[in-house]
Amino acid sequence: MINTVPPGFIFIIGALFIPIIKNRNLKCGYLLLLPFISFINLIHIPVGTHFTVGFLDYTLVFAKVDRLSLLFGYVFHLITVIAIIYALHVKDDLQHVAGYVYGGAALGVTFAGDLISLFVFWEMLTIGSVFLIWARRTQKSLDAGFRYALVHIVGGLILLAGILMHIHSTGSVEFTYIGLKNGNLGTYLIFFGFGINCAWPILHPWLTDAYPEATITGVIFLSAFTTKTAVYVLARAFPGTSMLIWIGALMTMFPIFYAVIENDLRRVLAYSLINQVGFMVCGIGIGTHLAINGAVSHAFNDIIFKALLFMSVGAVMYRTGKVNATDLGGLYKSMPLTCIFCIVGAASISAFPLFSGFVSKSMVMSAASMGGMSIIWFMLLFASAGVFHHAGIKIPFFAFFSHDSGIRTKEAPLNMLIAMGIAAFLCIFIGTFPEYSVYRLLPFTDVVYHPYTPTHIMAQTQLLFFSALAFTLLLLSGIYPSELRAINLDADLIYRKGSRLLVYVVTETAGAIARAADFVFIKLLPVKLAAFSKQPVSGFMSKMRPANPGAAKSSTGATLETETLLPAGVPVLIAVAFLMILAFVFLKVI
Amino acid sequence: MEREKEHLFDKPRNVKRLLTIFYGFLAFLLIGDFFIHKHTEFAWEEWPEFYAIYGFVACVALVLAAKYLLRPIVKRREDYYD
Repeated sequence: MINTVPPGFIFIIGALFIPIIKNRNLKCGYLLLLPFISFINLIHIPVGTHFTVGFLDYTLVFAKVDRLSLLFGYVFHLITVIAIIYALHVKDDLQHVAGYVYGGAALGVTFAGDLISLFVFWEMLTIGSVFLIWARRTQKSLDAGFRYALVHIVGGLILLAGILMHIHSTGSVEFTYIGLKNGNLGTYLIFFGFGINCAWPILHPWLTDAYPEATITGVIFLSAFTTKTAVYVLARAFPGTSMLIWIGALMTMFPIFYAVIENDLRRVLAYSLINQVGFMVCGIGIGTHLAINGAVSHAFNDIIFKALLFMSVGAVMYRTGKVNATDLGGLYKSMPLTCIFCIVGAASISAFPLFSGFVSKSMVMSAASMGGMSIIWFMLLFASAGVFHHAGIKIPFFAFFSHDSGIRTKEAPLNMLIAMGIAAFLCIFIGTFPEYSVYRLLPFTDVVYHPYTPTHIMAQTQLLFFSALAFTLLLLSGIYPSELRAINLDADLIYRKGSRLLVYVVTETAGAIARAADFVFIKLLPVKLAAFSKQPVSGFMSKMRPANPGAAKSSTGATLETETLLPAGVPVLIAVAFLMILAFVFLKVI
Repeated sequence: MEREKEHLFDKPRNVKRLLTIFYGFLAFLLIGDFFIHKHTEFAWEEWPEFYAIYGFVACVALVLAAKYLLRPIVKRREDYYD
């Protein structure tokens, strides 16, 4: 029997040793070994609640192991291996450390059995991920990283407030089903705290703003962890919350319009990430066993095929230094393998039969149709056609085909090809043999789903191929929107321009207040008070009579009279009277 | 100077071939639809060629909406936030 440690600890503690290892080969070996050690550790932790620690009056649980958390645990290990192979050529320790801390935090959240440790790991997610953005070391990535951090810090605080209110009202820190409760603000705050990480509509722009600014290899980690841990916690705490159905359906819809007109291919993928998470959120909202199975298996598949797409676009970016559709094209000539891997990822995200998206997305669709949700079903179907359009066709077409940009470069480095190859193999294997792969890991074993029925295959193939026909005809007729060097406003306008407006308003308002305060408290009042305290009555009286020819003018302009001082008791009398009036008013108020 | 090797889609003939295969497959899908016994939840899923028409219309609507409605509202210069 192996002595185990809480899942995630090996990543987090192991990350700290990365900078110490100086030998390059040793470092590569160590980087590759960590996920395997962590995985062996994970599979030796039996199902149940383990690693409980007393903290104040509460019990912290570092390993709540069940089928739901295990599915996410497995795929987080899998993607860490793939992302690390993809990043092996990177000599920047910061990225490796951040990647592992980030992955460890995601595992920490996944296996947290209590809300306190969940919150700690939740915050660690932000720390790990923001360094993967900053590690690109450009002004843009620095700015985007700060915006990203600010949004997540606010989200974290909302979550913390919710958790504290929840603990106060229930007396328990256990992380289990929470559900929205009327009149209980805490549950709503937790819900929205999770929602920020899940990139709900309007709360989403941190994702499309920051991910395209991250490093080529860092974005693979980013695409996997933050949104999928949010999906996990929603599946754990808010399954069957009907609000999620609509939130999810909106998430599948709105990003595809943006993706069609977006020029930066990694930003197109960021929009399609939101679109895919929408299917998961919708499934969690529907809440039936089939829907939850669909949501989490789609999370599993999405982590792999989205990483594959980001990796292939990243490889193009690595070799050409360009990522805008306007600058690329014709790369199938010099990067044929990357092109094939990209097409596999595109087929998977589009849910072509025999590719992974097909076997999981259709579960959510079926759950919606079984529930008789016709509007939701139409929205999801629209999004299914749309995702093929922007991620399935647009990404490979504009990068590898389209007009020849004239760029001739080398194929991607070997480590990148291996990472993409593993991901592409998994996409096809899971899509072809779901019952031997992801279907075995699903949280609910009481529902059986068969994706490969003639009706379903025909329906999906028709949908996709006629979407492709639309693309072809629009492109040939010149109606398809040409790629432009431009940016598209999104909800981040609120804080990107709003912050400037805020700064302007605050500085102008504060400036006006400061000027007024300066005039009243520095220039006016002290002089008046000085004059008043010297001659409370005669000073006032002196205003009433003609100026004393013997009085000297002070530099401040107040009249200084020295002859007629009042008895000392008079100011005291006035002060006492003033206090009595105050006391009277105060008592009246009470 | 060495001339670059001609690639697959440099020849217009190959592009044409690909399109022909593509259109042929579409025709196959349209015809095949009538030979499949459908098990569906919603009544409209049984309408002939429902998915083909929906996929085509959805994508045309998507592109037109993105180009003529969304882009004029949200498009800004690349240095808009700088």
